[in-house]
Amino acid sequence: MPRLANPSQFMKLSAALMPWCAAAAALFLGAGLYLALFVAPPDYQQGESVRIMYVHVPAAWLASLAYALMAGASAVGLIWRHPLAHVAAESAAPLGAGFTLICLVSGSLWGEPMWGTWWVWDARLTSVLVLFFLYLGFIALEHAFDDRSRGTRAAAILAVVGVINLPIIKFSVDWWNTLHQKESVFRLDGPTIAPSLLWPLLVMAVGFLFFFATLLLLRMRAALLEARLRALTFGNP
Amino acid sequence: MNAFAALVGRDLKLAFRQGGDWANVAAFFALAVILFPFGVGPEPELLARISAGVLWVAALLAALLSLERLFQSDWEDGSLEALVLMPLPLELQALAKCLAHWLATGLPLTVIAPLLALVLHFNSAGMVSLVLAMLLGTPVLSLIGAVGAALTLGARRGGVLLSLLVLPLYIPVLIFGVAASEAASMGFAARPHLLLLAALLLAALALAPWAAAAALRQAME
Amino acid sequence: MAAFFAMGGYARFVWPAYAVAALVLLGLLFWSLASYRRIKIELAAREAKSPRRRKQAARNP
Repeated sequence: MPRLANPSQFMKLSAALMPWCAAAAALFLGAGLYLALFVAPPDYQQGESVRIMYVHVPAAWLASLAYALMAGASAVGLIWRHPLAHVAAESAAPLGAGFTLICLVSGSLWGEPMWGTWWVWDARLTSVLVLFFLYLGFIALEHAFDDRSRGTRAAAILAVVGVINLPIIKFSVDWWNTLHQKESVFRLDGPTIAPSLLWPLLVMAVGFLFFFATLLLLRMRAALLEARLRALTFGNP
Repeated sequence: MNAFAALVGRDLKLAFRQGGDWANVAAFFALAVILFPFGVGPEPELLARISAGVLWVAALLAALLSLERLFQSDWEDGSLEALVLMPLPLELQALAKCLAHWLATGLPLTVIAPLLALVLHFNSAGMVSLVLAMLLGTPVLSLIGAVGAALTLGARRGGVLLSLLVLPLYIPVLIFGVAASEAASMGFAARPHLLLLAALLLAALALAPWAAAAALRQAME
Repeated sequence: MAAFFAMGGYARFVWPAYAVAALVLLGLLFWSLASYRRIKIELAAREAKSPRRRKQAARNP
C-alpha cells in the first residue's frame, strides 16, 4: 500500500483553495454567459449561431488542457512515484472526458447549420474523437484490474503514450486541409478574432478553467479520503 | 542480435505450431471481406468504391484477433519473468514479439489482400499501392497492438478492453492506408500517403517497444 | 424576448449546445459532490468504530 506522503497538507491546502476557485468559477461563468448571450454581437456571416463558440471553444481548450495535466501527472507518478500524481491524473480523467464530450456535441450542433453536416472525418474532429476514446480507455483501464494499483499504472502509461495526440489536435488545422477553421486565438502572430468576440470567449474559458480546478480539487480530496478509508478497512477487517 | 533472432524464431515456431493463429487470422480476414458482397449487394461499382476501406477494416480487426495472446501465454506460464532476466533489453524483446506477430499475421494479410481485392472489384491500377500500404501499415498495427496487449495483461474482460484501447489508435493508420490504396486507383499520387505511413511506422518503431516494455514491467510488479 | 430565444433562426442548434454543456458540467459537479459526501460519511463511520486505532495511526503516520 503506497504511503501517501503529506496528504494532510494537500487536504489543508485544497480546503483553503476550493471555496475561492468555486467562487471564481461561478463569477466568470456567470459573467461569461451574460457576455456570450447578451453582449457579444452576432457574426456577420454566421449570425447568432456563433454563440455556440462560447461553449465549444472553452470546452475544447479544457479538453486538451485536462489531458496534458493527466499525462504530465501520470509521467510524474510513473517516474518519481509521487503519491499525489496518480490521484491527480485519475481525478482529471472524467472531467476531461466531459469537456471533450461538450466539445464534440456542441461542435456537431455548430457544424450542421454552418457546414451542412453533423460530422466530417477531417483531422481536427477525428483527433478530438480519438482524445475522447483515450479518456474512456484511461478510465476503463484504471478499473480493469483486481489489483487497483496495477490499473493505475497501466492507465498512466496509456495517458503518456496518448500525449502524442495533443500536438496532432493543435496543428491538424495547419497540416491538413480541414473543414474545421484554422486557429484564430493561439497563434504566434496574435489572435485574429475580433475583440468583441474574443473577450466573452476568454471570460468563459477562465470560468471553465476555475470550474475544472474546483472539481479537480474536490475529486482529489475524495480520492485521498477513499484511500484512507481503504487503509482503515484493511487494518480493521 | 542472436538473442533477438532466437526470440523471433521461438515466437514464430509457437505461432505456427499451435496450428496456426495465422490460419485463423487469414481465414477471418477472408471471410469478413467476403461477407460484404452479400451484405451490400454484388454491384461492381459499389464494391469497387468501398473495397479499400473494407480491406483495411477487415485487416485491422483480423490483426486485433491475435493480439490478446501476444504476451498472454508467456505471462501465464511465468516465462515472461524469465524473459525479463535475459540480457536482451525488454524493449528489444517486445520488438521481437512484434516482428514475430507481424510475420505471422500482418504479412499473410498483405499477401492475401490482393486476391480479396479482386473479389471486391478493386481497381487494379491501385494494386501496387495497396500492397505497399499494407506492408507499411500492418507492422504499425502489430506495434501499437503490442502496447495495448501489454497494458491489458491480466485485466478483466481484457479482450474488449484491448479493442477499446487499440482501435482509436489504429484510426490514423486506417485513414492513410485507405487513402494510399485508393489514390492510385483514382489516378492520384499515392506517394504522399505512403510516405505518411512510413513516418507512422518509424514513429511506432521508436516508441512502441519502449511503451510496451514499460507496460510489461508494471504488469510484473 | 422571442427574438432572443429564436437566436436568429438557429435556436435548435444554439440552445441544445448550451443545454448539453450545462448538463455535463452540472452532472460532473453533482457526481463529484455526491461521491465526496458519501466517502466522508463512510470514513467518519469507520473512524468512529475504531477510535483506538485512529489515535494509534495519528501517533505513527
